[in-house]
Amino acid sequence: MALLSMQNISKTFPGVKALDRVSLDVQKGEIHAVVGENGAGKSTLMKILSGVYAHGDYDGDILFDGKPARFAGISDSEKQGIIIIHQELALVPQLSIAENIFLGNECASNGVIDWRRTNQFTEELLAKVGLVEAPTTKVDNIGVGKQQLVEIAKALSKDVKLLILDEPTAALQENDSRKLLDLMLELKAQGVTCIIISHKLNEVRYVADSVTVIRDGMTVSKLDASKGLSEDEIVRDMVGRDMTHRFPDHKRTPGKVLLEVEGWNVWHPEHAERQVIRNASFNVRAGEVVGIAGLMGSGRTELAMSIFGRSYGRNISGEVRLNGKTVDVSSVDRAIDAGISYVTEDRKALGLVLDETIRFNTTLANLEGVSSGSVLKRNEETKVAERYRKALAIRTPSVFQKTVNLSGGNQQKVVLAKWLFTAPEVLILDEPTRGIDVGAKYEIYSIINDLAAEGKGVVMISSEMPELLGMCDRIYVMNEGALVGELAAGDASQERIMSLIVNE
Amino acid sequence: MEVAESDTNAAPAVRSKGIGAYISANLRQYGLLFALIAVMVFFQIVTDGTLLRAVNVTNLLLQNSYIIIMALGMLVVIVSGNIDLSVGSVMGFIGALAAVLIVELNQPVILTILICLVTGGLIGAAQGYWVAYWKIPSFIVTLAGMLVFRGLSLWLLEGQSVGPFPKEFQLIATGFVPDIFPTGLGAWLAEFFGARKVNVLALVTGIAAAALVVWIGLRQRAQNKAYGIEDEPKSFFIARTAIIATALIFVMYKLSLFRGMPNVLITMGVLTVIYAFITETTTVGRRIYALGGNQKAAKLSGIKTERLTFLAFANMGVLAAAAGLVFAARLNTATPKAGFALELDVIAAVFIGGASMSGGVGTIVGAVVGAFLMGVLNNGMSIMGIGIDYQQMIKGLVLLAAVIFDVYNKNKQG
Repeated sequence: MALLSMQNISKTFPGVKALDRVSLDVQKGEIHAVVGENGAGKSTLMKILSGVYAHGDYDGDILFDGKPARFAGISDSEKQGIIIIHQELALVPQLSIAENIFLGNECASNGVIDWRRTNQFTEELLAKVGLVEAPTTKVDNIGVGKQQLVEIAKALSKDVKLLILDEPTAALQENDSRKLLDLMLELKAQGVTCIIISHKLNEVRYVADSVTVIRDGMTVSKLDASKGLSEDEIVRDMVGRDMTHRFPDHKRTPGKVLLEVEGWNVWHPEHAERQVIRNASFNVRAGEVVGIAGLMGSGRTELAMSIFGRSYGRNISGEVRLNGKTVDVSSVDRAIDAGISYVTEDRKALGLVLDETIRFNTTLANLEGVSSGSVLKRNEETKVAERYRKALAIRTPSVFQKTVNLSGGNQQKVVLAKWLFTAPEVLILDEPTRGIDVGAKYEIYSIINDLAAEGKGVVMISSEMPELLGMCDRIYVMNEGALVGELAAGDASQERIMSLIVNE
Repeated sequence: MEVAESDTNAAPAVRSKGIGAYISANLRQYGLLFALIAVMVFFQIVTDGTLLRAVNVTNLLLQNSYIIIMALGMLVVIVSGNIDLSVGSVMGFIGALAAVLIVELNQPVILTILICLVTGGLIGAAQGYWVAYWKIPSFIVTLAGMLVFRGLSLWLLEGQSVGPFPKEFQLIATGFVPDIFPTGLGAWLAEFFGARKVNVLALVTGIAAAALVVWIGLRQRAQNKAYGIEDEPKSFFIARTAIIATALIFVMYKLSLFRGMPNVLITMGVLTVIYAFITETTTVGRRIYALGGNQKAAKLSGIKTERLTFLAFANMGVLAAAAGLVFAARLNTATPKAGFALELDVIAAVFIGGASMSGGVGTIVGAVVGAFLMGVLNNGMSIMGIGIDYQQMIKGLVLLAAVIFDVYNKNKQG
């Protein structure tokens, strides 16, 4: 029996048709995956389902539990038992787990909170989701993976009928992801219906009973897992073409050693006694792509950011050499001048000035390149931005588009453009394909290959091991702040990387 | 390689040449200009033409000069993501300092002006130091500054008013630029306009400024076209430029009928042009917008965010000092209450001009127009004899309306 049936849903934004007669059917008690590239319309569809776009703002019908549903807002849909957990978690970090779970829904009489009952309920809920933490623990003090579980516990506290998870594992480590997916299967056994939105097709295959593929605002296919799901088939439906190679072909001939980091030590900025990076040494050759693998929290980002102008940590010691000469990387502008670029893992918070245009962001790290005597040559600036828009295939009507309006993949390309315009010799790419769709990933890989072909050294930090294995010439493995191993492309495999991490 | 267009979520560009689309995308800029015109027309009618009398136009400029001078610095501070609550007190303190130096210690005017500007810079730098390098919220640092400098001016003046100033100091605020054209020309023009006298220099400057506005506009347009940049519709460009050029000539014509251009107008005009240039077309200006828009991203792009914040406050201090000198010269005395609560007018002008509390957004021209809007409201209501009670309420509501309008606009676009 269908719990949810969305029929012929269309939604138009000024000038853009975001959804065009999309239909989505979810059976009671199943896990249903909605997949599609970024910008395909998945989020818009979920916003309609959860009432963010009120009834009347879209065309088409929604049947929930057999009855027509017309939500005027999120509170309407929540009352019906439809609960959405967004990619960006909506928890208050300063409050405890229990306070977060019952936020807006407190166990209280006359406005006075009954803490005993609150904590007791919370413990029951935490047991259900398999989270071993005290209800009074502050959300700030637990990792993203556990925060995700708190969100689910919060949903369960509200008598959920349909749970929607938007990219739930995007920020999670492999084993945390697995735990979360297993929890979904468990909830299914308890009768909760789930919709999962994901880019990660192996996960979709693992949990989903059926799949709806959306492309360009239209439903392209509906697949049934009982007949077997093939990743290739889903990818083909998503991008509208065969995708036999996930990684573009490349032939690399690494040259001389470009960047050398030796004896790098970093301490935590707030907890002075905690050493975050321990005696790390690595090198990158010209025209080489070097990967850094490791679990989240192993210190990969901290290593990169501390090298890039001491943007992280304190009491930093060690040596950085470029072309055999020691370089001063004690501030970001010096690191840039030396020829090092760092492309952040968090493009929205650390990479872009979102309210500004593509042009503004493209030239930001090298304004000297588009000015004379500190007066900006704005036409020159436009030319530069246009050049990178074409070179990196940034899909936008003009370089005067605000970056906040771009899809994840295009935002990532703008950040890359910013750093390419500083003409770096070495680029450190931190999770360069996080949260972007299959097609855009392929393009980012191609850009990385081009950079290597130009003789630049590329350091690639990634949580997705297949990506490292598919792209890198060498892979360093990092664990608890130390580089614990180095594997050549030919010798590397997911198992070997994992065993290096585990054996330490 | 070919990939399906993956940008269905992107907001539509202003490419669709519809005039309606253009207006809605640029509503804020035009809205402010039209609001100013509407308010002026309204008061011109209800005051039976008093508002735009030559003497009142001159007065209007003099009255608002110190607000505008400070609004320039405040815009920079607010764009950088901070606020400065101390400017009213600093302004009063500098006026007091000038009075003590000139009247009580008999120091030469030029030296006094120099000392005052440097002191203002140091005050701003001192506050900026705590904000920039110690990351203490600017609201708190400058709230402290507001109290400290109010107290310091009281102490400096020993609670008394000190004055009067020598003539040459008063000229800062009350002087006029003498006509350099032959008197015969002025007399002939006066006859032509049916006026008592005409200051030809003011009129010529007005026409020259208008011509400059048209020329710059046309040049920018030609360049945009050459680079294929989206531009405002032609009809809009013509209308907007015509309005601004006419307004410039009109104001200068009015001034020419009275005593010509006040010295303060020159100071104000030159400063406005300089700051508009700095914020719009220099690397420093660009970096300040980046700092306010996303401090972390700016820092990771190699921008020295601390130094910029520091400079924004030091600059604000210098401008507050300049405003203090103008204010003292205009009143011809320094009083302990000078500049009291004036910071609120300055901040209001900047926000009415379209700046955002969270930083990264705002323009010099907007702030100046915002200040004039408040000034015309003040002046018009005073002429009408509306009590200070209603004046405050109306100004408050105008500020609220302007900001609501901003937020509404932004939500609609997002």
